[in-house]
Amino acid sequence: MAASASQRMILDARGSFCPGPLMELIRGIKQAKVGEELEVWSSDQGSRKDIPFWIQKAGHQLLGVVEEPGYARFIVKKLK
Amino acid sequence: MQDRLSLVVFSGTVDKLYPVAIMASGGVALGKQVEIFVTFYGLEAFRTGNPQKNMKMDVNYPEVGPMMMKVMMAKKMPSWYDMLRQAKEMGDVKIHACATTYDLMDMKKTDLDPIVDDVIGVTEFLSKASEGGITLFL
Repeated sequence: MAASASQRMILDARGSFCPGPLMELIRGIKQAKVGEELEVWSSDQGSRKDIPFWIQKAGHQLLGVVEEPGYARFIVKKLK
Repeated sequence: MQDRLSLVVFSGTVDKLYPVAIMASGGVALGKQVEIFVTFYGLEAFRTGNPQKNMKMDVNYPEVGPMMMKVMMAKKMPSWYDMLRQAKEMGDVKIHACATTYDLMDMKKTDLDPIVDDVIGVTEFLSKASEGGITLFL
C-alpha cells in the first residue's frame, strides 16, 4: 500500500482518554508498513504532549498536527 | 538490559487501580516489560467478578471521590480493567497474585480473574523487580 494521503490509515480516537489515543496509534503503527503514514484523531488534551513525545521516542516522524474543532489530527510516518 | 516497570498493587480502590492501568499502558507504549504484583486489597480487586463490580473509592476523599466516579462514567472513560486488558494485549504485561494473600484467603485458581497470570511469592517478584527499571508501590 502506498503512503499517499488518500490512503492514510485513520485512527479515530476522539472521545477516548489518555492513554487511549496513544494506544490506538501504537496499534496502528504495528499494523502499518515502514514508510506508511497514519493519522490519529484525538480530543484528549493529554495526547497533545503524549503523542508527539512517544513518536519521537519510538523513532517515527510527526509530519504535522492539524487543529480541528474540538480535536486534533496527528499525522505520523512510520520510519522503522 | 531489562527495561522493566514493576508495580506492587496493594490497594483495591478504583482510584488507585486507574493509575495501575494507565502506567502499565505507558510502560507498554515505551516498550517496557511490565510486572504487576497484586497483594492484599489489590488481590481482592482481581478476584473473579470483582473487576466488573468493584466501585470502591478511597474513603479519605468523600468530597471528590464519588464526584470523580460520576464524571468518569458520564464521560464514558473505559474501566481500569479494560485499559489494563488492552495494555496486556499490546505488550508484555504480567500480573502476579501474591502467594501469601492467596493462601491466607484460601483462594483457588478459579477465584482469580483470568487476567492474572500466576501466583508467585514475594522473593520471586522482588527478584524480577531488582533486575532493572522502575518499581512503584500503589
